[in-house]
Formats: sequence, C-alpha cells, structure tokens
Amino acid sequence: MKKLTLGTAAALTLMANTAFAETEITWWHGMGGALGDTVNEIAKGFNASQDEYKITPSFKGTYEETLTAGIAAFRAGEQPNVLQVFDAGAATVIGAKGATMAVQDLLESNGVEFNIEDYISGVRYFYADADGKMIGMPFNSSSPVMYYNVQALEKAGVTPPKTWEEFQTVTAPALKDAGYVAMTQSHLPWVFVENFMSRNDMPFATNDNGYNGAEGTKILTNTPELKAHFTAMADWKEKGYFEWFGTGWGDNQTPFEEGKVGIWFGSSGSFGGLSKQDLPFDFSATYLPYWESVTTEPKQTFIGGAALFAMAGKSDEENKATTEFFKYLTSPEVQYMWHRETGYVPITTAAYDMAKADGHYDRFPAAEVGIQQLSLEASENTRGYRMGFYVQIRDVMNREFGRIFTGETSVDDAFNAIEKEANELLARFAKTQN
Amino acid sequence: MKRAGFTTRWLPILLLLPQLAVIIVFFYWPAAQAVQSSFYLEDPFGFGSTFVGLDNYTYLAQSAEYAKIARFTLVFTILVTFFSLGLALLLAVKADKVIRGAKSYRTLLMWVYAVAPPVAGFIGLLMFNQSWGPLTELAKSFGWDFALGVNSTDTAAAMVLVSVWKQVPVNFIFFLSGLQSIPKSVREAALIDCSSAMRRFWDVTFPLLAPTGFFLLIINITYALFDTFGIVDVLVKGEPGNNPLTLVYKVYVDGFRGNDMGGSSAQSVVLMVLVLALTVVQFRLVERRIHYT
Repeated sequence: MKKLTLGTAAALTLMANTAFAETEITWWHGMGGALGDTVNEIAKGFNASQDEYKITPSFKGTYEETLTAGIAAFRAGEQPNVLQVFDAGAATVIGAKGATMAVQDLLESNGVEFNIEDYISGVRYFYADADGKMIGMPFNSSSPVMYYNVQALEKAGVTPPKTWEEFQTVTAPALKDAGYVAMTQSHLPWVFVENFMSRNDMPFATNDNGYNGAEGTKILTNTPELKAHFTAMADWKEKGYFEWFGTGWGDNQTPFEEGKVGIWFGSSGSFGGLSKQDLPFDFSATYLPYWESVTTEPKQTFIGGAALFAMAGKSDEENKATTEFFKYLTSPEVQYMWHRETGYVPITTAAYDMAKADGHYDRFPAAEVGIQQLSLEASENTRGYRMGFYVQIRDVMNREFGRIFTGETSVDDAFNAIEKEANELLARFAKTQN
Repeated sequence: MKRAGFTTRWLPILLLLPQLAVIIVFFYWPAAQAVQSSFYLEDPFGFGSTFVGLDNYTYLAQSAEYAKIARFTLVFTILVTFFSLGLALLLAVKADKVIRGAKSYRTLLMWVYAVAPPVAGFIGLLMFNQSWGPLTELAKSFGWDFALGVNSTDTAAAMVLVSVWKQVPVNFIFFLSGLQSIPKSVREAALIDCSSAMRRFWDVTFPLLAPTGFFLLIINITYALFDTFGIVDVLVKGEPGNNPLTLVYKVYVDGFRGNDMGGSSAQSVVLMVLVLALTVVQFRLVERRIHYT
C-alpha cells in the first residue's frame, strides 16, 4: 500500500512537471556592473511576463571572453541559446555559417512578423548579411558621440564645435586659455577610424566595406584624409589641446569626469553611467564633428556595442522560446526601459517614439544625440564594416596610434604598418572561411 | 648492495599507467593538437579550414612586431631573473646574520609569496595609477613623468618591478635554507683563513650555494617567461595597445582574444621548442660546472 502511494505520488509529480514544464533557455553576455543588473532585470521581466519559457542570463566576462566562451561551448556542443557578440567579432560569428540562425529567419519561421524598416536606420545593417538580411539582433547599440562640459565651454565662451576646423581654430584654443585640456577620447579605432569613415562618407574597405565576402577584402585606411586627421591630432597634443592617456577606456574618461577636460568622445551608451554620477559640472552631448575640407554633407554613424545571436543546434521548442524572448526584447516598453537605464539607443522607431512621447528627451536632451546621429542621412559608406580578425586589426591600430602620440613613430609609418598588417590579417581570415 | 626488484614485468607498468595516462591526456595530446593546428588556418567555430603548411610560421618569422615582442621577452626575462635572484640573495645573506627577531624578519620577507600573480598585478595597478598612484607620485617627485599604459618604457618598468617583487620571497626562502645548510665548520675555517667578508662570500659561500642558485635560475627563467602572464594582463588592463608584451601574452591575445587558432598554435609550438632548448642548454652546459655535495 505504501509502495503504491509512493508510486502514485511520483507519477503525479511527473505529470505536474510536464504540465508546468517551462522551456529553459540560456543567454551568455558580457555586460558587467550596472549594465549586468539591467540585463538581469530584462530576463526577470521576460520570465514574469509568461510561464512557458524561462531565460537564464549569465555574465561571461569581457566581450572577447564572451565570444571565446561561446565558441568553446559550441565546439563542445554546449552552446547557449543566445550569445552576445560585439561589433569587432561580427565577421567571425556571421562568417561561421551553421553556428547561428539568422534572427530574421528565426522570427519569421516562428510566425513573428519581421520588417527591417521598423528598426532605426543606423541599426539595420551592421549585423546583416550582404543581401541585407538581419543575422544578429542589435542589443546594446551605441554610437560614438561628443560629450562636453557645459560650464567649461561657457567659461571659454565657445559652443560645441560642428567641424574639426572650428575645433582647431576656435574651440580648442579658447578651452586651453580657460585652463582646460580641450579634448580626450576613449576609443581611437572606433571613434576616429570606423565612424570617421562613416561620418565623412568614405569607404572603409573594399568589397563594399567587406560585406561582400572575406576573399580579397582590403582595408582603406591609408588615405590622405585619415592621415591628415591623425597629423592634426598629434599637433593638437603638442599644443595641449588633446591629451592621450593610453588605450584603456576609463583612463581617458576619468579626466573628463574630474572636470579637467572640455570635450570627451565616448559612447552614447556612456550616458547612463555619467548621469548616475555626481559630476562637478553639467554635461551635454552632440554629434561627432566632421572635416569641412573632406565633405560638406556629413553622414550618419553606425552602431557599435553588441548584438544577440541565436545559436544553431537547438530544438524547435527552445528556438520558439528564443523567438519569444526576442519579441519581448524588441517591444517598445523593454527597449525604452533599456534606453533609459543605460543610454544605449532604442533599436526600433516605436521605442524611440515612446521615449519621445514620455518626455525623456525634454528631461535629458543629451540622451537623444546617439539616436539622432544614427538617423542622419545614410550612404553606401555608413552601414558598417565586415572584417575578420578585426579584434587584431583594432589592436594594430591602437598600437600604432599610441606610438604616434608617444612620438615613437610617424603618421606615415603608422598608417603603412596598419595597412600592411591589417591586409595580412584579412587575407589570413579569408583562408579560415573555406 | 642488494637490488630490490619486481617479480613480474607487468606490475611496474601497471603502477606507472595512471601517471602516464595523466601525462598523455594533459600534456602530449594537447601538444600534438597544437602542432597539428599550427599547419591550418581554421574558422574558430570549426566549420572552415585551409591547410597552409608552414605559412603560420613564416608569418611569425616575417613579422617585425613578433620579433619586437621576442626581444622584449628576452630583456624582460633577463631583468626579472637577475633582480629577483640578486635581491633575494642579498636579503638572504643579511637575514642569515640577524639573530634577534629573526623569525618575524623572515616572515615579513616571505609573505608576498602567497600573493597570486593577478593580485600582484592589481596592487601594481593601484600603485601606478595614472592620477593618484603613490609610485607614480614618487617617480614624478624625481622628475620622471611616469605614465603606466601610455609610455611603453614606463609600462615595462612597472611589469619588471611587480614581477620581481612577487618572485623575491620564493628565492629568499631557498637561498636562506641553502645558507643555513652550509656547515658551520666550513665557515669557521674560512673565517680563520681570510678576514675579508666579501672574499669569504665569493670564494666559499657562493660556490656552496651554486646548486640552489642553479635550481632557482631555472625556476626564475620559467617564471619570467610564463608565470608573469597574470601580472602583464592586469597591468596592460586587457588592452595590448602600444604596451610591451611577452610571448605568452601574445599567444593569449591572438588565440583567445582574436580567435586566430592557427597563428596562436604556431606561437605555442615556438614556445615549446624554446623551453626544450632552454632545458637542454641548462642541463648539458651549466649543470656540468656545478658540483653537488
């Protein structure tokens, strides 16, 4: 009798489990600190919004470490359902056909309507393939913007510069006289190469910035315009208009936060962090300047940050859960919450409209700059880039730029070295794709 | 003398098996894998790959940057080994003479041994903070405009300093016990023969310390080459930039950060050959000149 009861109980438990079985999916990301808390909040919100699916986010370290963890897991057949991959890793993950499912296919095959026009212009094509099909779902999308110390500019009697010419002749000398370092920046390759190309409407690589395949893609950085920009920056450093504190992001942001610097180039995603701090001054933001001598029609920038990829090799049931999660994630409410908390741009126009209607930009005008800049006029040079071993290419750029600013190399030698090493890396990457 | 032995041939082999299995699974097999993948350029996810023969090696051989990193690694290893051994020997000789409070004095010199390399690196990061690091301030008071992560010589100096600081206690412990195992009678005999403490040290004590010193030399070279990874990683703040790098860190940068499997495998093979050569040189050439008692 006792045995029977136990058996029945076990059977009942089993049945109960089946009835309430949640499909569990995993999400690996590289968002630490306050960003990680917001990620957890999104996951919690999704889990509470329905009872069929459950997502578990886990923090895997830096972007690079997250990608490497995802790759190792994929090779062992233990990949997560959703993997966050950053801009520089896009070529690696998209190039590996069979490692991921295109997010557009995933949504459509699970009956979710997908229209790329719903997404903000500058967000659409960075993580898309050559035909414009969206492969990765943009998640923490940011763009480099120009932050400035309002009081510093007032004291110097200048307004934020629209062009580099204005910065050079008006803004920087005035800021210097007012006792400030005119400018610092936190990511040279991102702000002053990748988005410099986009903003000044110049091609970044052959093969349509690399989107048309890895084979034969060559970098186009050895140009008079870009070299002139870095020559100018070296000159500004000489004159005390610009200071470089190494390759680390934070070392260059800190002096701005301390109020010693007039203008700082950072990420639109830095907004959340800056506004949560008790800074000794008011800050605001605006578009990246452009060179009037290069173009009179500056274009939009493209997104940095990272995207979420649906990993292949999962059951239909789990893929359905991933679809539902993406649907939840792209809903205007969640996008607006993410935008408000972190400063990353909302990826859909619906979410942008919601933020506008809520008066978010009346309260924080600087929060709108990233999205406005991403929505400026586009051209064939503004969708982004697709280059393999791009992490190493960025490392090469950072190395050479550092050497320019410490006087170890000349601008010409630096750009020759970047071109040579980047093209070698691109050719090597093309061979991994066969 | 009676020779002990096994009665069957199979028992010793059976007893050796677990150890052999561990060595094969954890050392030889991965090493063979690294050699194999150094001949390929492979998509990290494992979909595409191209056999490229020795391309990964010629790429390294032709890379001016790789040569630069190799040269830095050499200088770094020499500096770290020299200063770690030199300072530890000096401290050990002095500590050996201390009679009052000897124990606490020695403990104070040893405790750093317990600090893990990344933690040592982190302490270095605090000491050399660009805006308020005490050692940055100290350098500035001497007119040295020290900037970690900006000036590559400054970054190199910080790497050497932190690596030496971390390694001195290990060497100290060994040197001290080496000194204490020198028989008192020998020292006393030397004292009668020679009044110069310096000469007594170089003619009697130092040769008697040679076996310890040789062992430590090997340990310190491998430490500087490989175990300083954590210190380097923390001090460059995860961004290679224009910072000086060691060969091992470069393997990590290309393999784990950049997902270049073939290239970083070739670099690992280069390191394996280097270690092999180093071992042969040390044991064949240096060991012959050292007399163990």
